Amino acid sequence: MVSTSSTTGTEDIYAGASETTDGKVFTVSGQDWDEIAAGLGEQGGDAQERVVVNMGPQHPSTHGVLRLILELDGESVTEARCGIGYLHTGIEKNMEYRSWVQGVTFCTRMDYLSPFFNEATYCLGVERLLDIEDAIPEKANVMRVLLMELNRLSSHLVCIATGGMEIGALTVMTIGFRERELVLDLFELITGLRMNHGFIRPGGVAQDLPPGALDEIRGFVALMKKRLPEYAALCNANPIFKARLEGVGHLDLEGCLALGVTGPVLRSTGYPWDLRKTSPYCGYETYDFDVQTWDTSDSYGRFRLRLNEMWESLKIIEQAADRLAKMEGEPVMVADKKIAWPSQLAIGSDGMGNSLDHIRHIMGESMEALIHHFKLVTEGFRVPAGQAYVPIESPRGELGAHVVSDGGTRPFRAHFRDPSFNNLQAMGVMSEGGMLSDVVVAIASLDPVMGGVDR
Amino acid sequence: MGLEEKLPSGVLLTTVEGVAGYFRKASFWPATFGLACCAIEMMTSGGPKYDLARFGMEVFRASPRQADLMIVAGRVSQKMAPVLRQIYDQMAEPKWVLAMGVCASSGGMFNNYAIVQGVDHVVPVDMYLPGCPPRPEMLIDAILKLHDKVQGTPLGANRQAQIRELEAEGLVALPTGDMKGLLR
Amino acid sequence: MTDDKSKDGVDRTGKSEVPDEVGKPVAEKEVVEPKPAVQQPAVDQSPENVPAPTGEVRPVGERRGMFGVSGTGDTSGYGGLVAPVVLPGAAQRPYGPSTGSGGAGWFDVVADGLDPLIESVVIHRGEITFHIARENLVAAVKLLRDEPSLRFELCAGVNGVHYPEDAGRELHAVYSFLSMTYNRRIRVEVSVPDADPHLPSICSVYPAVDWHERETYDMFGLIFDGHPALTRILMPDDWPGHPQRKDYPLGGIPVEYKGGTIPPPDQRRSYT
Repeated sequence: MVSTSSTTGTEDIYAGASETTDGKVFTVSGQDWDEIAAGLGEQGGDAQERVVVNMGPQHPSTHGVLRLILELDGESVTEARCGIGYLHTGIEKNMEYRSWVQGVTFCTRMDYLSPFFNEATYCLGVERLLDIEDAIPEKANVMRVLLMELNRLSSHLVCIATGGMEIGALTVMTIGFRERELVLDLFELITGLRMNHGFIRPGGVAQDLPPGALDEIRGFVALMKKRLPEYAALCNANPIFKARLEGVGHLDLEGCLALGVTGPVLRSTGYPWDLRKTSPYCGYETYDFDVQTWDTSDSYGRFRLRLNEMWESLKIIEQAADRLAKMEGEPVMVADKKIAWPSQLAIGSDGMGNSLDHIRHIMGESMEALIHHFKLVTEGFRVPAGQAYVPIESPRGELGAHVVSDGGTRPFRAHFRDPSFNNLQAMGVMSEGGMLSDVVVAIASLDPVMGGVDR
Repeated sequence: MGLEEKLPSGVLLTTVEGVAGYFRKASFWPATFGLACCAIEMMTSGGPKYDLARFGMEVFRASPRQADLMIVAGRVSQKMAPVLRQIYDQMAEPKWVLAMGVCASSGGMFNNYAIVQGVDHVVPVDMYLPGCPPRPEMLIDAILKLHDKVQGTPLGANRQAQIRELEAEGLVALPTGDMKGLLR
Repeated sequence: MTDDKSKDGVDRTGKSEVPDEVGKPVAEKEVVEPKPAVQQPAVDQSPENVPAPTGEVRPVGERRGMFGVSGTGDTSGYGGLVAPVVLPGAAQRPYGPSTGSGGAGWFDVVADGLDPLIESVVIHRGEITFHIARENLVAAVKLLRDEPSLRFELCAGVNGVHYPEDAGRELHAVYSFLSMTYNRRIRVEVSVPDADPHLPSICSVYPAVDWHERETYDMFGLIFDGHPALTRILMPDDWPGHPQRKDYPLGGIPVEYKGGTIPPPDQRRSYT
């Protein structure tokens, strides 16, 4: 046996046995099972049956740094608990020390698979406190919808891809990431970044659409219409896929509501609850799309539901692109110069840079413009005291930012109600009594993103 | 290949260090240590578009005992740090660590109570990769640079001498806070 | 839009910018002139600009100075500014034509259902907040869930807010409830003193708040009595303190860069 480190000898410092009030407890870290078997033989009775397995936080099938504590009877799970917090980043506290606009840069990194949704719910909350909800330009709203729906596509693709990988279907993963790249290319074209954009700002969006973006989007939609059926052809009737997913991770409507579970998991019980329809934001009421449901309440239904939702997203993207085509040159930021960011950034020859026109204006023409720019960028704007909560339908369910202001230039408190955090509570209910291998499927069907869970 | 034609009568002369380095760099097996946003970009690097398999390392090992490169992809929280160290200890020598992204390298924008300000507080880091998150091309570039480093690593007594030399250099190095940069 | 008058010309005539209580109703009765091109309704309706509501208004803090400098370094003259931090005041019945899809006047319907248990009601930006004393909380949420006219099926969670200067009510627990039947959303706020941070757990009524209450305990030290396992959830089990309280430092380290040192964000000079 090769020792783990040249300095510690043959003893594994993390493994060993200890006596506790519940009997002898063995800590296993991946080797020397003989010792365990021998030790268990001495105990006799119950001790041979009950094994507590600690799965994660570093495990390829737990969807991130999630720790599962599973009590096993043979291969059946008798009790399942989650350990979370391994990715706690203190983003909410950090936001309290930055201006309202800078908060976008922080919250986009929470649920890193759906950055636009984090930004949007935060900005909608700030806009409600500022009372400028009606003043947001139409084009900004359409762009938000476009970006959010593209984001829903990429997020669902990752969910299906990693879900496939976790049950051993690696082809699903590679094709999922292939399509996601196409979405990320669009994001890069529109916002300049592949992830963590910080693009949706209080008052609108940071920039106008670059030239040629609409053609790219139309080309992407046309391609996706050819590619999405591949998933259906590969998985929908695949006997192995169905055998792994059907009837696994069952959670009915009552369970969903008691545990506060929203999003695709709730809709897979047949209840068409979608905040885009029930409490529309960003003008979703003006788009033509359907809320997808499924009636099996299991992992297979959630997979099919996500696939169908991607088709609906494509419909919305097409409509948004048509509207944007008619909005050439319209503003994308609120008209109030006390809130709108003063300069529009432009891409220079080095791929990044400031707007030269704006620099000429503030440095050469107007002292007042310079002062205003300085004040707005360093101090930011003040938001009237109060609190707001504007939930939106993220790919995982109800995502909302509880934004509290004390009238200052920085958030007094910003708390995110993340759907992954809430939905993960259902893990125990969904997997207890099932097989060990079904735990992985159940978690993949919840699609938790640990960055959102732990924040 | 064409290599044979350049060799005199099929004989290739090299050093043991060169061969060992060549074998080591050409069979890197990274451990899956995805934490946050960077993990998604790390998975993308293994995906079809960027195709890390070109460099012989598409096999991400789930078990640290089979891996020799730990790509710390994402922010390391105070709660995760002991777990990270345990996984590092469980990896077999020789092993390398790549701090992917600015959070793993220095804490980045999350300079607060929850995040370890740089994973080098917990494990020795061989390569730092900035970016938030770094693009897959950047990750591949960092891995290739690490390949070069591995290729050039001496063995045995030479390695011991190199370690002593590096440590002596480190002891007299000027702390960053005392450096006079372009700031003044 | 209540005080157009104060915007267009009042200050030019030399009067005070702040509309006074007496002059206010007169201004409202006048013909509303065309609105100016750039509007800032937010500022007009912010608590310091509207007449005090008839309900209770208490400052929850104080803002001093303007540029974050104190002592002799302050040459701006703004260092002596003192402004109270006032949250939106309590509303009076009737709570008016509530907007949204919850049905006309649903604020009053929900308030009727909860009536004896309510401490005060705040309506701000179209969102309604019920302040409820902690001893009434469990009874109130049971009503919210079970009463046919209320039917709040979903509790979206609880969140702590720490107002260190709100004496006797330092810690607030803010719940968000959603009625899917009627498509209504309300907020319930419970305030407890820092010295006695206990409030009942509503986990038995809404199991969904299990982790949310643990998180709030972890981050703010609010103790939810009756919770099945109130332990830390995000921070390590042996972590001292509750990190997201205002009296807990951000915990950053100074960043050194060749020749310069930058303090963590909470220790930098900043606007107040």
